[in-house]
Amino acid sequence: MWRLEPRSEPSLRMQVLTPVLAVVLTLILGAILFAALGKNPVAAMRIIFVDPLLDSYARTELLVKGSPLVLIAVGLAVGFRAGVWNIGAEGQFIMGAVAASAVALALYDQPAVWLLPAMGVAGAAAGFLWAMIPAWLKIRFSANEILVSLMLVYVAQQFLIAMVSGPLRDPQGFNFPLSRTFHDSAVLPIVIEGTRVHVGVFITLFVAGLAFFMMRNHVVGFRIRLMGDAPRAARFAGVRPGAIVVTCMGLSGALAGLAGMFEAAGPAQQLAPSLPIGYGFTAIIVAFLGRLDPVGILLAGLVMALTYVGGETAQYSLGIPAAANETFRGMLLFALLSVNILVHYRLVPARRRTAR
Amino acid sequence: MDLSALDPVALIASLIVAATPLVLAGIGELVVEKSGVLNLGVEGMMIVGAIAGFAAAVGTGNPFLGLVTAAAAGMLLALVFGLLTQFLLANQVATGLALTMVGLGLAALIGQPYAGIKPPGSPRLDIPHVSDLPVVGPLLFSHDAMVYVALALVIATWLFLGRSRAGLVLRAVGENHDAAHSLGYPVVRIRLYAIAFGGACAGLGGAYLSLIRVPQWTEGMTAGAGWIALALVVFASWKPWRVLFGALLFGGITTLQLNTQALNINPAIPAGALLLAAGLIWLVASLSASRAAGSPLVMLLTGAVVLAFGLIYPRMQIGSAWLSMAPYLVTILVLVLISSDRTRAALSAPHSLGRLFHPSS
Amino acid sequence: MKLRTVFAAAMAMTLAAGAALAQAKDHIKIGFVYVGPVGDFGWTHEHDQGRKAIEAALGDKVETTYVENVREGPDAERVITQMARSGMDLIFTTSFGYMDQTIKVAKRFPDVKFEHATGYKRAHNVATYSARFYEGRHVIGLIAGHMTRTNTIGYIASFPIPEVVRGINAAYLAAKSVNPDVKFKIVWVSTWFDPAKEADAANALIEQGADVIMQHTDSPAAMTIAEETWKSPDGRKVYAFGQASDMKEFGPNARLSSIIDNWAPYYIERAKAVLDGTWESKDTWGGIREGMTKIGEFSDKIPEEVRKQAQAAADAIAAGTLHPFTGPINKQDGTPWLKEGETADDATLLGMNFYVEGIEGQLPQ
Repeated sequence: MWRLEPRSEPSLRMQVLTPVLAVVLTLILGAILFAALGKNPVAAMRIIFVDPLLDSYARTELLVKGSPLVLIAVGLAVGFRAGVWNIGAEGQFIMGAVAASAVALALYDQPAVWLLPAMGVAGAAAGFLWAMIPAWLKIRFSANEILVSLMLVYVAQQFLIAMVSGPLRDPQGFNFPLSRTFHDSAVLPIVIEGTRVHVGVFITLFVAGLAFFMMRNHVVGFRIRLMGDAPRAARFAGVRPGAIVVTCMGLSGALAGLAGMFEAAGPAQQLAPSLPIGYGFTAIIVAFLGRLDPVGILLAGLVMALTYVGGETAQYSLGIPAAANETFRGMLLFALLSVNILVHYRLVPARRRTAR
Repeated sequence: MDLSALDPVALIASLIVAATPLVLAGIGELVVEKSGVLNLGVEGMMIVGAIAGFAAAVGTGNPFLGLVTAAAAGMLLALVFGLLTQFLLANQVATGLALTMVGLGLAALIGQPYAGIKPPGSPRLDIPHVSDLPVVGPLLFSHDAMVYVALALVIATWLFLGRSRAGLVLRAVGENHDAAHSLGYPVVRIRLYAIAFGGACAGLGGAYLSLIRVPQWTEGMTAGAGWIALALVVFASWKPWRVLFGALLFGGITTLQLNTQALNINPAIPAGALLLAAGLIWLVASLSASRAAGSPLVMLLTGAVVLAFGLIYPRMQIGSAWLSMAPYLVTILVLVLISSDRTRAALSAPHSLGRLFHPSS
Repeated sequence: MKLRTVFAAAMAMTLAAGAALAQAKDHIKIGFVYVGPVGDFGWTHEHDQGRKAIEAALGDKVETTYVENVREGPDAERVITQMARSGMDLIFTTSFGYMDQTIKVAKRFPDVKFEHATGYKRAHNVATYSARFYEGRHVIGLIAGHMTRTNTIGYIASFPIPEVVRGINAAYLAAKSVNPDVKFKIVWVSTWFDPAKEADAANALIEQGADVIMQHTDSPAAMTIAEETWKSPDGRKVYAFGQASDMKEFGPNARLSSIIDNWAPYYIERAKAVLDGTWESKDTWGGIREGMTKIGEFSDKIPEEVRKQAQAAADAIAAGTLHPFTGPINKQDGTPWLKEGETADDATLLGMNFYVEGIEGQLPQ
């Protein structure tokens, strides 16, 4: 038998090796799955993982699909580092989208150059404020932020439905629960002609870079990491836990809200009940797959986007049902989550347990 | 205003049916969380239970075998979660979310040949004469068997956690796994048992949907019930009996809203009346236990306000989205109330919830 | 959430009329974009039946493929684009919520033909199509009016969009014409597809005394619930109608008839048109006559003379001698809508946002 023994230092070698191991594991599991469905496993893997990278249009779509995941995950990761568990990013994403859309629709007749910045501010602020609810309840009443932020996702989902069926509904839309399509001045400009890559994608990359340097070099980053690794020491070092909670929740909420604004003003161009499709939850997984590191998150977001974009192609070109893609994605996540242990632990032959 | 068509007995009977899957999934997750583990994959385990139970029931023609299979399937999936979080120390939140994804995908995959098939019927309790009694009969003695199973599970969980030594150990593991470990309790094994139990319960809850409540298989049929079960555990502040209460509230909102629409009356009327009644029962119960009775008073007061609002605007139809928000807001309120009270918090929320445990660290 | 309605002729945004000239082909690839799973046994299921019908009818001249569970919004645009890029000749986008995305992608792929279900925006290479489901509602409304003993008909509705409101009005007018005491109890469930919620709604309606259930949602849950009442000892036997699919297997006793979305004839016709090079952009709103709205087989539980009357109504609608909305009809508030003998025009039907006189409760706005 083998057992796990903690390493004194996270293994650098394993940090590089484990994702490779996970991919190999997934490829084997996936091959079995697709073969069991009577599909050619090699072709399926090629279509999901390789083809989207070779095709110029699919490459840009990876950016469009992956950027909300990365933007949200970068914010969440900062909090997770500090032991602040915001799992309600989906709710903050929704509130950001609703607020930004409300601004866009209220000023529909007054297009102006400052409209998009105003929408961005509204989206980020709404996400920030929505995240402040669990933050405040945690500081004031020590209510568990995991649970409060999760509950607020459901509230936000219903709020979105109430808004698109009420005040924000398109008056000419035949009672469909949809807003009207935004005015051109409320739509994010496209950066690469002929694709859907909008300004938000680049802001996301910029934010990820910023987060990278903040966590490495800045005193705030240091305090956040200290808070997560050694809460007691952090307190002695003069770190106020309340301030960390507000910083982490606020940052992740604002970024999720901004992601909501990007999605509404970018590819969607209107507010609809189908706008939130679980980016906030998927981003949690992305954050962990990326080991809470902005660079890792970029890669993880890309892999996740690959499985979506490639999965769609696999549906119409190989007839692989959507359900199989979803199962496959879950397997990939399981594999990635399970190999992580090798970074912090090593496998050693089991010794006889000493009696206490 | 025509209230004669509102049959409170029939209404409560349908509330019970709506609440049962939530009770099943909720009580399982309660035990998991009591052991200090947060499994967010309830939705995934429920839907796999729904299809596994359905497939087995259709295949064998026996609904009982279907339910057993559903429990086994839920348990199996839960053990994958257990393997990842307990042995491979993967993050519980991320693994739980991944479990939901896998469950939804897997269920849809298995379920493809089962769309459009009818499951075998499940027996209802029918005691001669007793089940035909007015009021009491339809209210207590004529449900399907799973309603009683769910109730029995709640009682058993209550006894187990509160009165048994094993339950005490489980709670100790959830409160402080390091202390429990140094006392020589097998933390990981106990948690695996709890996780497996939670999975089995979630599987049963899913099968209740596909075999009894709807009854049919359709992709995505749990439609968020697993997430509600998670909220329910918090609402119940980790107390088995309150899971029953909470399930009626969460499951009941939709039922109530649909019924009042058919009646063309303001849903606040029956909602307020139910809250009043529940608050009253709770008040009486807590008086006999001679404890401070803040929460039931809040409930009574809320009920009165809601009822008054309903009576002032008897015809008003409130948008279903606003109504659907209500239970989650109440849950947050409950969470704040129990968290702010230090002495009580220690009695309810498991202290090690969601934390990583490794024996050598 | 699935959103769909019929086009609004008045609002139709025809970007460029006329056909794109094309030559005949011997082999074409056809793609379908579905909003739900093919196993939903309702809306998407019927579109997939249409896809299979194309394959059966045209054999190796066509190759069809689909993507299911495509969320309305950004994801849909990518899927449609990818399909167009992969060399499809004809793409069916089968949910109202794909409207803007279809138009956008079509602009970039002028040589690919697009068919968008239930929308109202067209282009030179985008055609729209839908079915006159309200004609079917008239026929089953007649049956419901005859069959109810409690004079209470329960109606499970999704969203207060014109298509649904039109269905309620058509069914109510027909039921009322044969049973003056009939009452409709309407429950809005705010979803197209949620079996548990639809089952709850059916239960609520049955408890409120409805003994015939109609629905404008996609799952067979209500049918299943109605069938359950036939087993219960208290003798309340509730009837229901199949919606989108026939749903016979879900209610051998409870099912009276059904309204079936039958896309097969239209799909085959359009695929042939692309093969022949005669395809052009147009709008199709077909009903019983065109075979797009099909009335399912009548149950033997319906008395002979009622069956005959229902069949006669269906035949008359097909022949064009009967219109489900024929005056005198007042709106719910009593204001006159149609004069004696006057029939509703399509524009009013397409934007219908009012109940007719006699329906209780208010239309959610």
